[in-house]
Amino acid sequence: MVAADSEGPKDPGIRMFRRERSIPLQGSAAALCNNLSVLQLPARNLTLFGVVHGPSAQVLSAAPDGVPLAQRQLHVKEGAGVSAPHITQVHWCVLPFRVLLVLTSHRGIQMYESDGSIMVYWHALDSGDAPSGTWSGRVLVFDIPAKGPNIVLSEELAGHQTPITDIATEPAQGQDGVADMVTADDSGSLCVWRSGPEFTLLTRIPGFGVPCSSVQLWQGIVAAGYGNGQVHLYEATTGTLNIQINAHARAICALNLAPEVGKLLSAAEDTFVHIWKLSRSPQNGCIEVEHCHSECVSDTQVCGAQFCDPSGSSFAVTGYDLTEILRFGSV
Amino acid sequence: MSVRTLPLLFLNLGGEMLYILDQRLRAQNIPGDKARKDEWTEVDRKRVLNDIIMTMFNRKFMEELFKPQELYSKKALRTIYDRLAHASIMRLNQASMDKLYDLMTMAFKYQVLLCPRPKDVLLVTFNHLDAIKGFIQDSPTILHQVDETFRQLTEVYGAISAGEFQLIRQTLLLFFQDLHIRVSIFLKDRVQNSNGRFVLPVSGPVPWGTEVPGLIRMFNSKGEEVKKIEFKHGGNYVTAHKEGSFELYGDRVLKLGTNMYSVSRPVETHMSGASKNLASRTQESIAPNPLAKEELNFLARLMGGMEIKKPSGPEPGFRLNLFTTDEEEEHAALSRPEELSYEVINIQATQDQQQNEELARIMGELQITEQPRQSTTKGDDLLAMMDEL
Repeated sequence: MVAADSEGPKDPGIRMFRRERSIPLQGSAAALCNNLSVLQLPARNLTLFGVVHGPSAQVLSAAPDGVPLAQRQLHVKEGAGVSAPHITQVHWCVLPFRVLLVLTSHRGIQMYESDGSIMVYWHALDSGDAPSGTWSGRVLVFDIPAKGPNIVLSEELAGHQTPITDIATEPAQGQDGVADMVTADDSGSLCVWRSGPEFTLLTRIPGFGVPCSSVQLWQGIVAAGYGNGQVHLYEATTGTLNIQINAHARAICALNLAPEVGKLLSAAEDTFVHIWKLSRSPQNGCIEVEHCHSECVSDTQVCGAQFCDPSGSSFAVTGYDLTEILRFGSV
Repeated sequence: MSVRTLPLLFLNLGGEMLYILDQRLRAQNIPGDKARKDEWTEVDRKRVLNDIIMTMFNRKFMEELFKPQELYSKKALRTIYDRLAHASIMRLNQASMDKLYDLMTMAFKYQVLLCPRPKDVLLVTFNHLDAIKGFIQDSPTILHQVDETFRQLTEVYGAISAGEFQLIRQTLLLFFQDLHIRVSIFLKDRVQNSNGRFVLPVSGPVPWGTEVPGLIRMFNSKGEEVKKIEFKHGGNYVTAHKEGSFELYGDRVLKLGTNMYSVSRPVETHMSGASKNLASRTQESIAPNPLAKEELNFLARLMGGMEIKKPSGPEPGFRLNLFTTDEEEEHAALSRPEELSYEVINIQATQDQQQNEELARIMGELQITEQPRQSTTKGDDLLAMMDEL
């Protein structure tokens, strides 16, 4: 059965979002996946943005209208090695008692206070690997104290054989401080974990020969974006595929969620950003999805996209070679 | 980043270099019987291409190239192409060499950016190799060398996963980041905007293995499809009807990497206005010494495997100008924006005397035995070029 286009506004003249003031960057964004991290600080009337340029990453703060306030550049920790290493990801981890800024590279994992001012922890990754340079697929779990640098590696999870591409977490329903987690890898496999004193593997979702670059978790729904432009929605507890969206014509580079309303954002190298609405059928609890909005960022290979508020009324985009963060707000 | 990127980068840039040199040599081509002693003939052109291709595909050199290693900087790589371009009787001034390198890099950047799948960069490489084989049809020995490289590519990259190809693509794009030189042939064909950025079309065939966007399929717990919904995705895509061939011979389907130059379409570059990202560019050129030392190790290894044919007897070195006139070339040299200078590596600056001597010896083989006829501006001598910073 094929249903006709079920988009909300029937009049194509009505746009849901419009371009707002861009934020200039000191260095262009690198062509990495998930290359935009956003930390929303509504209490301080601030939004923080993190973008990887290559050997450096930029962390900056902006007012609600997009006026940039402060910025800082971070680099990979110095060490012996062949050439200047590149940063692979910059990401804020929001924990119950503190927020950490995490910088990853082939050399290791660096953790900073949320504004990037002080490095509180450094974990070196084995550089003695064979020159084939593959990452091991291990997931490292750190115990983070409420304050200070006493961060300890507490667990190494084995579940993947190829490099990890993305990790998503969500506070588990009805339990304090305990999160469920999804990890994705280069071969397209996903692992769903339940946390506790130790992490337990709940289910494994096999790949199909295409990398899974980005993953999100919301109310028991796993959303995964793949290199062939598809977005899949799975039931987290069972790993069953419920929905397959032919969303993009090129590899997906980022997925993001606005948890208050269940809005999902997908961005890809095909220059498009799409916004979807996730829900569950009141009758049988099955996952449902609706396409809400499509945004074409002309001639830009998008590499990162994130909502800037929990209700999904604004989002930001980065693109390869672009020296600004593009912002979009609801009309 | 990926340690398997260098062979693809080198071969594709080399391929573009050959297209450009071939076009320029044809444009300056004079029929053999009418040519003066200092003008290019068809025989000269074929010889130059032969010599360069033979040097490029030298077995020892290829062995070094295919070793897993990180990509080195643009200026380290530029040194290799300087040497390659001078593997024959042809000589290029600094300004022409700069322009050649600009064109090569922008062309391959365009090809990588527009590859439908990351794996398609291999098809682009095969397009270049197919064309290279066309240049040396009359030389079975060199043909064999190119086929051997083909076999090596298939062996190394045939087993690589889609994820690793994605990483290779990202590594290549990192190498080309912030390069926005406007190329007139791209501007005319409307594949590049006037701000130097490439046009990314939202129509045409989707990559092989990707479905046309616009469909949502829903499944029940048994995995049966229960509903289909269409949505407006905004592009104008169609299904890909054929996959390109990865065999030694075959229809590559993809046009990226084929020769876009011809005698009637001259090669020109415009230097973009001062780049806004001066900060990021200067950071790369002020590389600390330990980095330069690693790069020199790399160069010594790689170029040690290059066998340069030394001209036998008193043969002149013919100068090729990539610009329309000598005056234009001289003007380009003087007016090249500071932030776009390639700052070729100064081999005298390192502390390691032994390694320095080895590299100096290799570089010394490039010394021209006889001065070219035309008047020169800046030194043709590669060593002299090396000492300029």
